[in-house]
Order: sequence, then C-alpha cells, then structure tokens
Amino acid sequence: MTRIELNRITKRYPGCVANRDVSLSVDGGEIHALLGENGAGKSTLMKIIYGVVKPDAGDLFWEGEHVEIRGAGHARGLGIGMVFQHFSLFETLTVAENIALSLPASEVGSMDTLKARITEVSVRYGMRLDPDRTVHSLSIGEQQRVEIVRCLLQNVKLLILDEPTSVLTPQEVETLFATLHQLAAEGCSILFISHKLDEVIALCDRATILRAGQVTGECVPEQVSVEELARMMVGDETPLSENYSKKDGGEILLECRKLNYRPEDPFASALQAISLQLKAGEILGIAGVAGNGQEELMRLISGEETSAADTVVLNGRSIGKDGPAKRRAQGLCVVPEERLGRGAVADMSLENNALLTAYQSGLVSGNGWLNLGQIRKFTQRILSRFNVKAEGSLAQAKSLSGGNLQKFILGREILQQPRVLICSHPTWGVDIGAAILIRHALIELRDQGAAVLMVSEDIDELFMICDRLCGICDGRLSPVRKTGDLSINELGQWMAGQFDVESELSDSITDSNSIEEQAL
Amino acid sequence: MSSQRSKHLFGVRLEKRASDSRWMAYCSPLLAILLTLLCGAGIFASLGHAPGAALYTFFLQPLEDFYGWTELGLKASPLLLCAMGLVLCFKAKIWNIGAEGQFIIGALGGGYMALQLDSMEGPWVLFAVVAFGALCGMLWAALAALLKTRFACNEILTTIMLNYIALNWLYYSVYGPLKDPAGYNFPESALFSDSSLLPLLFDGYRLNISLYFALLALACVWTLMSRTLFGFQIAVLGEDASAARYAGFKQNRLVWLALLVCGALAGLAGISEVTGPVGQLNANISLGYGYAAIIVVFLGRMHPVGILFASVLLALTFMGGEMVQMELTLPKSLTGLFQGMLLFFLLACDFLIGYQLQWSRPNRKISTVDIAQKAQE
Repeated sequence: MTRIELNRITKRYPGCVANRDVSLSVDGGEIHALLGENGAGKSTLMKIIYGVVKPDAGDLFWEGEHVEIRGAGHARGLGIGMVFQHFSLFETLTVAENIALSLPASEVGSMDTLKARITEVSVRYGMRLDPDRTVHSLSIGEQQRVEIVRCLLQNVKLLILDEPTSVLTPQEVETLFATLHQLAAEGCSILFISHKLDEVIALCDRATILRAGQVTGECVPEQVSVEELARMMVGDETPLSENYSKKDGGEILLECRKLNYRPEDPFASALQAISLQLKAGEILGIAGVAGNGQEELMRLISGEETSAADTVVLNGRSIGKDGPAKRRAQGLCVVPEERLGRGAVADMSLENNALLTAYQSGLVSGNGWLNLGQIRKFTQRILSRFNVKAEGSLAQAKSLSGGNLQKFILGREILQQPRVLICSHPTWGVDIGAAILIRHALIELRDQGAAVLMVSEDIDELFMICDRLCGICDGRLSPVRKTGDLSINELGQWMAGQFDVESELSDSITDSNSIEEQAL
Repeated sequence: MSSQRSKHLFGVRLEKRASDSRWMAYCSPLLAILLTLLCGAGIFASLGHAPGAALYTFFLQPLEDFYGWTELGLKASPLLLCAMGLVLCFKAKIWNIGAEGQFIIGALGGGYMALQLDSMEGPWVLFAVVAFGALCGMLWAALAALLKTRFACNEILTTIMLNYIALNWLYYSVYGPLKDPAGYNFPESALFSDSSLLPLLFDGYRLNISLYFALLALACVWTLMSRTLFGFQIAVLGEDASAARYAGFKQNRLVWLALLVCGALAGLAGISEVTGPVGQLNANISLGYGYAAIIVVFLGRMHPVGILFASVLLALTFMGGEMVQMELTLPKSLTGLFQGMLLFFLLACDFLIGYQLQWSRPNRKISTVDIAQKAQE
C-alpha cells in the first residue's frame, strides 16, 4: 500500500526553481532513498512533505487521500516524523526533557512514564539512550538517537532522515542502519536523503534521483551500478573517476608540540597534548566527528586562538603567540570551516572578499591605500583559475552557490602561494564537479612542495587524497599513519577514541617523563 | 496551493527576499520622509492648524531668504561633523551614542582654553582653542573605548552615561568656576575674545568656516572608508566580526581608532559651535546635535552623500521647530517629534529591504507555525 505519494510538486524561489514536477511514492515498510547533490532540491522536497514549506503547485496523497499539510504539527499528527540534519535540541536539558518538550502535552503524561517509554523504545531498536543525561554530554550520534526516538514515540508511519550519516562514525552508521531495517520490517516507511551512493545501495529498497530540482531517475539500487547512480545524480559532463598518487613528505614545515587548550566556552572542546608534524609536500588528514576539538585545533594553528609560543612552530619559528596576520605573512593560509560568516563576508563583493585575507599580497600600498586595480586583477585571477561561476568580481559573496564560494575561498588562499595550507572540510556540501576541482587544486599545491593539513568528516575523501592520516576524538590526537597502511575500520576506531594501546602507553610514558622533568 | 488563487484573496504575508533590495534601500528614506510628513500633517491638524500651511511654515518658510540658507549651513555643519564620526563607528557596529557628550566636552574643553587665552592675540589662538576642543572630545570618547576594549562594557550604555556626565560637568562649570564674574549671575561664561572666534563666511550672517570643517571631514572620511585598508577593516568588523578575526584584523585597535576619530570630530563640532554662533559657554550650547546625528547617519544610508543630504534635512527640522514656535506659537519640541518620527519610520521601512509584502490567503495559523519551524531550523 502506498504510504505517501507526491504528484508533480513544484516549488519556486525567487531566482530558482527548487522542485519542478517532482513525483515520488513510498510504500509502507519501504526504505526509499532520495538521492541528489547538494542544491538538487532534496531538502526543499522534504520540507514540503513535513509541511514547513508550501508547494506552488502539485498534489500530495497520504495513505491514498489527498491532503494539504498545514504545518509541522499537522504532519506529526498524520504520523510523519523528521530528523533534520541540524538537530533542534536544547543542550542544557536532559534527553527526557527535550523529548517532553516536543510531544503534545496529552502524550507526555508523567515524567517517569515518559522515561520508561524512552528506555523501552531505545532498547527495542538498539539505540541505547539514558533519559537523564543532559544533551550536551551526548555524542552527535547519541543526539541523533534522541531525535529518532522522539519520532518513534509518536507512532511514526513515515520517518524522514536528512543526511543522517554525515555526522556519524562508520560504526555508528552501521548501528543506525540496523535500527532502520528493524523499523522498516515493522511497517514504518523511511525516506532517506543522501548523496552517498554506497549507503543508498546498502540500505534502500528504491531510490529516486534528483538533479537541479527534477527527477532524473528512479531505480532499485541493488540492480544498478554505482556509476549509473552517480551519472543520474551529476549528469553527463562531470568526470567521475579520481585517482591520486601518494607522496612522502620532505622537511617539517609545521609542528604542534604538546599543545594544550582549555576553552572559555563551556561547550567548546579542550585539547590535550596535541603533537603533530606536517611535512613539505604532503597532505595530512585529520578525521573526526564534529565537536571533538578539530575546530579548536585549527584556530590554534591559524592564530585566531593563541598559545604558548613554542607549542606551534612554523618553519622553525615559534609562532604560538602570533595572530593570524603575522602567521599569514609567513606563508600560513587557512580555509575555514564556515564559508559565509567567516571565510567570506556575505554582503560584500568578491573583490572585497579577496582583499579580506590577501591584503598582505600586494593589494595594499605601504601606507594603507587600497590598490583597486590590483584587487580587481587578483579577484579575476581567482575566478578564472578556479572556474568560479559568479556574476563578475563585484557579485556579493552570498549570491554564489556553496561550491563556487568554496572554490573562491580556496583559490584566494592558494593564489597567496602558501607554504602551509590548513583547511577544514574543504568539500563539505559541495557538488561533485567542484569537489574534484578542489581536490585537484590541493594535490597540485602539494606537488609544488607546500604542506597541506586537512580536517574532514568525509572518510572516503581523506583516504582518496591524504598521504598520512590520523583521527581526533575528545581533544586527543591518535597516532599518525601512512594512508596505505591504514584500514577504514581502524580509522573509525580512532575517531571513536580507541587508539592503540601502544600509543597510549608511550603517551603516558612521555607524560610521566615530563612530570619528572618538572619535578627535577 | 496555487499562487494564481492567492491573488484574489485578502491578507498580507511577509516573505524574505532572496537578496536585499538595493532599490528599497534607497527608497526607504524617501518613504520614511513621506510618512513623517503625512503623520506631521495629522499632528498639526489635531493641534488645530491647517496641515498644509503648518508644514509649509515648518519646512519651507525657514528657507525663504538668504539668511535662512546661511542658518541652514550653520546647523548642518555640526550635524555633518558628528555624523561623519558616527558613520565610522556604526559601520563597525560600534554603537556610539556618545557624540552628544563628546560634543559638549569638546565645547567645554575648547571653551576653557579660549577663556584662558583671553588676553592673547594672533591666529594661533584660534588654532589652539579648536585643536584643544577636538582633543577633549577625543579623550572623552577614549573613555568609552577603554571601557569597551579593556572591560568589555557595552558601549551603548557607557556612552549614554558619559553624555549625562558631560552635560552635568558643563552645568557645574557654567554655574561655578567658569561663570562670568561680571555676568549678573547668569549661568554663562564671559564672552570669548575675537581672536578665538571662527571667521565668518559672509558679513552680517552667522555662518562661519565650520562649514569647511564639515565638508573636509566628509571628504576625508569618505576617502578613508572607500580607499584605505583601515576603512575596509572597519566595514568587515561591522559586517562580520568572525571574518575579521579570521582575517587577522586587530579588533581592539579598530574600536579605539573609530571612537577616537568620532570623538575628535564631535569635539570639533562642539568647539565650533561655542567659538561660532554662541561665542561663550552656557548651559544650552547643544541643541541635541549629537543625538540628531545618529538619525542623520541612518537616514543617509551610511553613505557620505546621503549623510550630506540627511544632515541638511535634520538641520531644517531644527529651524522648522523655531519657525512654528514663532509663527504658530506651537512648542519648539516639535523638532524632536519630527526627528523621532523620521527615525522610527525609517527603521520600519528598512524592514522592507530584506522582506517583501506578499498578498496571500489569510491563514494565520499556518504562517506562525511556518515561522516557528523556520526559526527552529
């Protein structure tokens, strides 16, 4: 029986069509994938189903009846549950309190019965959850469980998951999939939004593929190849195969020595004795689930946070106390995690955004006068070299798509000819074409002898382009190993904090050494 | 569900624009002026005056002769000076409300210097008086900068409080130590000597060279904002503080510089006022130029040319208030009323820069849920 059916749904936004004539149906107990690149219109479609966005045209049928979903409350009443990519949880409240807040008052009952129900549901579906823990103490995977359990408590008939695996370690993904299979077996329909092909093939019964707001195909994932799926997703022009050589680095360019960090912000991560060496001509990858200290580490290296002088060493010079401008002058460039709101100023033109970090590269005269001609030239070089699609160098940064803006930011940093480039999630949320260009640019920079440090959650990508890899968990860095000598499983364990017993031993030995040194 | 249907139904929906409307950004001040005029007409009517004639008295009668135009310049100059300082701060989202206090301290400090140099002669006297006034305004702003950068005090609160301290310091001075011994106990200082008065532009009219100060400040700040790294850093700091941090701009230094420049310009406006039309220190040296300049900056879209026009318009409201008091025996505080309306209508109209009105089906329940859900995301 068909649980939900969408018929020729169209939604226009000023300047773009997010969905055009999209039709799709999901049966009871079916796991249905909605596959597409970022910006293909997946999220808009889900929001239409969840009643958050109203379509301009088209019809929606719920269990055979024509409905007009009036809002999220109405959708929940029908039995539609949604787990957003970004959770809507209060960090300072407990799991049970968070869930109580989202349920209708009549369903909550007493707190004790609710807690019992939470425990029951979470055990039944293999998602262990303690109702009394506060949310900020949970891992991202556990927070996602809170969101799922919250849906399950309301007898959900259709569960929508928006890119649920993007924040999980490989092991957590397996647990999630087991839960989803169990749910489907009990008759719950699942709409699984993703751009990861292997996951869709492993999990889903059927898949609908979206590109640029339109359905480009529907298939049974088990019966088609990865290449076919990818083709439907990205179109014909984009090359798919990527193969990069690995290299051994040369001399050490950047070093962190027993770098400790204790943040003022209670929700930021502390770092414990991070030691790391980055060599010329290599790409070193740090894998980690968000919120484990990678962001803090990046800020300490970029100079936005400072530390004791000799804990960060660039090219033999202690720079721990220098700010970003000084470090940049010595050849350290940074591609931050947030594109708008840090890497680029949303309302400013691309020319101004080029000036933002390149002001030490000949765009400003000695007395502080802007060289407008040079700024324009530099901007246009970024646009042409990195194939940025924009309406000229005066376009506002916010008018660019995520991929184009990322290419712009990366181009701006690379054209400053850095000795060391550090970048966070360089291809996060970027379409395949842009991602390939970005990876090529990083490899090219490496081959020119620069050192690249890269933080990412995308394990496939880390294995694809990094020469050495390590994991970060809870503010501690795992051992570093050559990519070829490391399995995905091992890296997953590192991301979950299970480092080698050996390395922990050696860590504690050096720790006790340093204590002795201090005692002496 | 279809958009065709919604045209025929009543109700207005607000929808966020995909990108800010440039057109609306320029129209909003004009719309605000129009609404102010309409509202002002209503107020005049309710006070029992013919709205058209009263508005004419307020906005046009002051400019019927050359004297009116010179007075307009005289009042626009301090507004423009304060506004050029404020625009630097506001661009960096430093909400300096303290131009009024910096104006008063500039006047007080410079005036004190003028009284001390009473017996001296030569062009250097005027220079010393004006420079010292600007310096005092700068130091007053430095207090707010110190509190903000060193102790993270909110500059809105500190600058407002510093305004009151400045005003009471002025009262204390003109009622006490600086009171003219030969002044029949009026709360005012002795008249300044001729060598510390600003040269007039036309014989017989009060307009003086402070107009040149203001135009020079306009040119300098405009250049600073559009052509220098400093101006760029100020703009980035205001647009996006975390981008400024990422780029390695020194936030505290920018805060100090913006506030110091603003203090110096407001102080210059203050000392120009007392060495110009006032000619002495008294308790009423400021008509509220420091506050009105805030409106000037926003009405002028933080752009130098816009600010020039806005300062002229606000100067006109000062003159209009006096004119309706003389002609129609209405209270002079209508000036403040018009200035206030202008600001509030402007803020309201500015909402339309980022949002547009959409005619649609009136279904309040849906739209509130929509908004709540969007906010939650």
